[in-house]
Order: sequence, then C-alpha cells, then structure tokens
Amino acid sequence: MTLDRGIRWGPGLFTVLILALAPLIFSDFYLSAVITKALWLGIAAVSLIFLAGYVGMVSLGQVALYGIAGFTAANLVVADGGSKVALNPWLATLLGLGAAVAVGLFLGAIASRSYGIYFLMITLAFSVLVYFFFAQVTQLSGFGGVNNVELPSVVGNPLQQPARLFYIALVVSAAVYVSLRYIARAPLGLAFQGVRDDPARMRALGYNVPLLRTVAFGLGALVAGLAGVLSVWWNTRISPGSISLSQTIDVLVIAVIGGLYRLEGAWVGAVVVTVLDNWLRGIDLVGNRFNTVIGVIFLAIVLVSPGGLMGIWGSATGALQSRFERAAAGGDPDPLPFTEERHPAGDTTIVP
Amino acid sequence: MQNISTASPDSDLALRRRLFAVPPGTLALRALVAAALVFGVAWVAYKASQDLRVFVIVGLNGLTLAGLYFVVASGFTLIFGLMRVVNMAHGSLYMLAGFFAFDLQERLTGGEATSAFGSSEAGVGDWVIPLVVASLAVGVIGLVMQQLFLRWNQGQELRQALITIAISVIIADQALAHFGGIAQELAPPSVFPDSVQLHVYGLSYPFFRIFVLLAAIAVGLVLWAVIQRTRYGMIVRAGVDDRHMVSALGINIQLVFAGAFFVGAFLAGLGGVLGGTMISVDKGNDTQYLLIALIVVIIGGMGSLGGAALGALALGLVDSFGDVYLPEGYTNYSVLLIFGMLVLVLAVRPLGLFGRPA
Repeated sequence: MTLDRGIRWGPGLFTVLILALAPLIFSDFYLSAVITKALWLGIAAVSLIFLAGYVGMVSLGQVALYGIAGFTAANLVVADGGSKVALNPWLATLLGLGAAVAVGLFLGAIASRSYGIYFLMITLAFSVLVYFFFAQVTQLSGFGGVNNVELPSVVGNPLQQPARLFYIALVVSAAVYVSLRYIARAPLGLAFQGVRDDPARMRALGYNVPLLRTVAFGLGALVAGLAGVLSVWWNTRISPGSISLSQTIDVLVIAVIGGLYRLEGAWVGAVVVTVLDNWLRGIDLVGNRFNTVIGVIFLAIVLVSPGGLMGIWGSATGALQSRFERAAAGGDPDPLPFTEERHPAGDTTIVP
Repeated sequence: MQNISTASPDSDLALRRRLFAVPPGTLALRALVAAALVFGVAWVAYKASQDLRVFVIVGLNGLTLAGLYFVVASGFTLIFGLMRVVNMAHGSLYMLAGFFAFDLQERLTGGEATSAFGSSEAGVGDWVIPLVVASLAVGVIGLVMQQLFLRWNQGQELRQALITIAISVIIADQALAHFGGIAQELAPPSVFPDSVQLHVYGLSYPFFRIFVLLAAIAVGLVLWAVIQRTRYGMIVRAGVDDRHMVSALGINIQLVFAGAFFVGAFLAGLGGVLGGTMISVDKGNDTQYLLIALIVVIIGGMGSLGGAALGALALGLVDSFGDVYLPEGYTNYSVLLIFGMLVLVLAVRPLGLFGRPA
C-alpha cells in the first residue's frame, strides 16, 4: 500500500518541491522563458480542460477570452499604443477579468444551446473574429498591439526579476487548480458533470442546462482571463498575434498533449510544449520548422492516445497498481480494478 | 430525488401549458432580430440614396465575394453534412491550391504572366491548367487525408476535428517554408477583358469578379443537379440522413465518403485558385477562409447547400457594406457586424437557418 500511495502522491510532492525551489535551480532565462511561460499557458489550457473534461464543452474560444482580458487590462494602463486611459494596474486587471467574464457569459448564453462539434465551431469562429477585431481596430490595438504595458509594482521588471512573476504565476496556478478541483467535487461541479454525461436527463431532473453551461463557460472565461493578464505581465505587451489561430491551436495542443480529461494535464502539457519549443528551436535543422514538428507530435498523440500524456500516465500507473493489488491479494486474478484516481473526470467520450 | 406526486387535472393543464408554450424571451428575440434586419436594410437604403454609384459597386463587391465564399463553403458543408467531419484544414486546402496554381503559372509563363503595366499576358492555358491541376491536386490531398487519418475514426467527431487541426498546422508551416510569406496574385487569362461596362451611371466593373460570381452560380447549379437529380446524389442525400441505413442497404458508403471528401477538397481548391486570381493568395488565408467557411455554414446550417448559398450571400454583403457604410471613423469595427449577425442567427436558430438536428 505504501508503494501504491507513492505512485499516487510521489510525483505531486516532487513537483511541489521542485517548483518551490525553481528560482534556485534554474537560470533566470530558463525560469522565465520556460517555467513561468508554462505556468500561464497551463492556466489557459486548464480552462479548456475544465470545460471539456467536466462540462463536455470543447471550447476553442479560450484564447479569445484571455485576449479580451489582456487587451482590456493593457488598454486601461499606461502603455504605448491602445487607448489613452491610465488607471491603476490592479484596477485595470480587475476590469480585464470582468470584461472576459462578461463576454464569456454573453457568448456562453448564445453558444450553450449548441453541443459537441457545433459548439466547437461556434467558439472557434468567435475566437478568430476577436483576433480580426483587435487586428483592425487601431483605437484599441491594431497589428502592432499594445506595448510597454505598465505592470503592478509587485511584479517589478519581469526581465530583471523573473522570480517575482514566477511565484505570482505559481500561486495563481495553484489557486486555479485547487479551486477547479474543489468546484468539480462540489454540487455545482457534479451538476456540470451531469450535464456533460446526459443533458436531457439533467433537464428532466429539473436542472436548467443552458444556465449551467453558461455559468461554466463564464467560469472558464475567468480562468482564461487570469492567463491573459499573466501573459501581458510576462510579455509586457499584447498584440493580435498573441491571440491568433495558431495560439488557439497551441493551447489546444497543450490541452491534448496533457490529456483533455485531467486538470493537472494542462501544466504537464504546457511544460512539455515550452521545453520542446525551447529545445527544438536550438536545433538548426528544425529551428525554422518548429510548427511542423509540433503538428506532427500533435497528430501522433491524437492518433495514438486520445487521453494525451496524462492518459498514458494513467494507464501506466493503473497497470502498476493492478499488479500490486493482485500481488497483495495473493495472486487473485483481478484484471481491471477500477480506481477513481484513474478516471476522476469519468471515462466518457465527449458528447457528440 | 423528489417524490413523484400524482398530478391533479389542474396542475396537468398548467404543466401542458408550460411544455407547449414558446420559451420565454423567444418572442422578444424574434422582435430584436426583425428590428435589426429592418434597421440594417433601412440604413443601407438611406446610404444608397446618397450615392447610388457607390451602392452599385459595393453591392457588386458583396455579390462577387459571396460567390467566392459559396464555392469555399459548399465543399465544407458537403463534407460535414455527409460525414460529420469538421474539416479544420479546409482553409489550408484553399490556401495550398492558390499557391500551387501560382507556382504552376510562374513555371508555365516563365514568370511573365503579368506585364510591367500590370495587365495580364497569360494565355488561356496558363490560367486554366493551373486551375485544374491545383484543384485536382488539393482534392487528392484531401482524399489521402481522409483515407489515412479520418476513415478509421468515423463517429469520433472531436478526434477528427483535432486530426484536421494538426494537419492544418503542418500545412501552414510547410506552405510558409515553400512559398514564403508574400501575397501572390494569379494573372487571369489575357483574353478576359479587364473590366465590363455596367451601362448604369457609366460605371465599369472588373470582369474577373463577375466571372467568379458566374462560376459560383455554375458550381451551385451543378452541385444541386448532381445531388437532387442523380443516383449518386440520391445516395449522398440518404447518407446525410442515415448513413448506417444506406450502408445496410448494400451501398458501399466508404466509396461515397471518399468521393464526397475529394469533391469537398476540390471545391476548396477551386475557391483558392479563383480567390487567388480575384484577390490574392497569402499565408494568412488558411485562417481567414476557415473562418469564412465556419461562419457561412453556422449561419446557413451545416450540410445544407441552400443554407451555404444564403450564408455566403449574407456574409459577402455584410462584409462589403460594413466596410463602407459604417459611420465615418468606425469602418474598422465591421467585424462586430459579422459577430452580431452570427449572434442573432444563433439566438433564434441554434442550428442555423436551414440546419436540421443530426
């Protein structure tokens, strides 16, 4: 049983330890360019994974929502480009998050009556429209974007003091993870999962399904908005390029690599992609064709394991656990012990 | 769990009323949509009355754009309607065909398709051969994609969408590597006149744009005739409604799927060459035309040819009138008009104007 627990908790404890000491272990460049970036990309991806895995809404609009938060926050503080409003950075951040949630609720109300692949297409169309909106509207952005954004003083200068932004991103990531896990097990989260598994039955039980889906989408928008604000702090700028279709696909790749069904997969996928990014760009042969490599990896993962890396991890530990349990039970042939740990989000396909 | 109580006749009536009543807000929504429509038409009429010449030109721009959008979206909706595959690489196929055709035309004419004065010096073959070859090549790419990756994932809509997204990432990057990031323009055949006289207000209009509109109408008519009047079309229509039953009747549905995917991809390619000649072909076209295909079919209803025509018309007209008729200083907000149109349609008809539940 101790081994069993080791498999369950070991990787988590190890990760927490590494992360707490990360500024001592990694160089400033690596900390900022890989780890902090992976943290905020992970937050963007977890908003997608939460919606996909727990509510059955595969949304490709998360990057647009984080763009709305980022652009709103960046436009409301001192910056080059954008509107000439200059508010307190914290206030601007709050307003940015508020804007993302408001747009998220509005879009959720419209799109929540569509399911599965229709929902995916509507959110994708919305995402690309938001990109073209910011690319065209020079009063708010234009192609150059909003540059040299003023940050809250606690962030300092992300280039010279990368540890500060790292810890902020770490705290936000942890808070998001814990909150989403909590919500997933609260009555609201159970209702979400009911909606995912059988909307018609939930309706028959008296739940307001479109409202639940709208609320879930608003919640996802809040999480995506946090990622958007962090991305602005990390870049000190935001441009339409930060929310283009390729960024949407990047976040989707991260979510799929991490596995669309497990929250922690978001950060696993984000770390894998940013590390790969950093490593592959250094190789001459690949350097310029990085996106082809990512595309091929993405294709391979979708073809081989729909559960992504976390799915592979899940089946590996599941196999190990079942071996231990069989050994403990004196060779009792128990072929497939179903542990809740393996499929916390339920072993269901996404609602077609 | 609530107890199931026995319903008295009174509450039964109330329940029935609740069940069959129009959902609250629906009437208000319909009124809102009608108001938006009336306002839009009135605004265009008011603007048109100020300068009819602009109205004619902008209207023709909208119609010809709609033609191009229809060609692209009809392939997308054909594939979706029959196979429930959302081909996220549709825009990539469009872009690829444009680049292929441009490359081929360069080779055929030795890079001298356009004279120093910008007029076309391409022979008929210098344009028709790239058109046919590029469209066929893209059709084959689509077919290979379907056979290699999608065929054995039937019914797994999300997985298929993810697969096509991955392919679009690869195509985008490879296209950038081989064709560069510069916008290119195909030269139309030099036998085409540059412009035609409209015989109203002494206006003339680019001939090729009219040609695209006519080509789109021809494509639409051919598709309609094939789908409504031939045996193959009958199978396709039956497949849209119930592919399992079609398969059970002894028809090789896999062959039908393969054929439809080829035609769908071919239409994307045709659109790419027409668009590459009418406007240009550029590295961002994959995103742009995927968006256009998505919006057209979301508005028109997935899998409906008539819906695609109506959606393309709506998008083309809103697109071109929005750019010109919005109040001074706000013309760059025209994306919001398209978004608004999408929202209004979805609010009233979540499955699109002609959409039917799967």
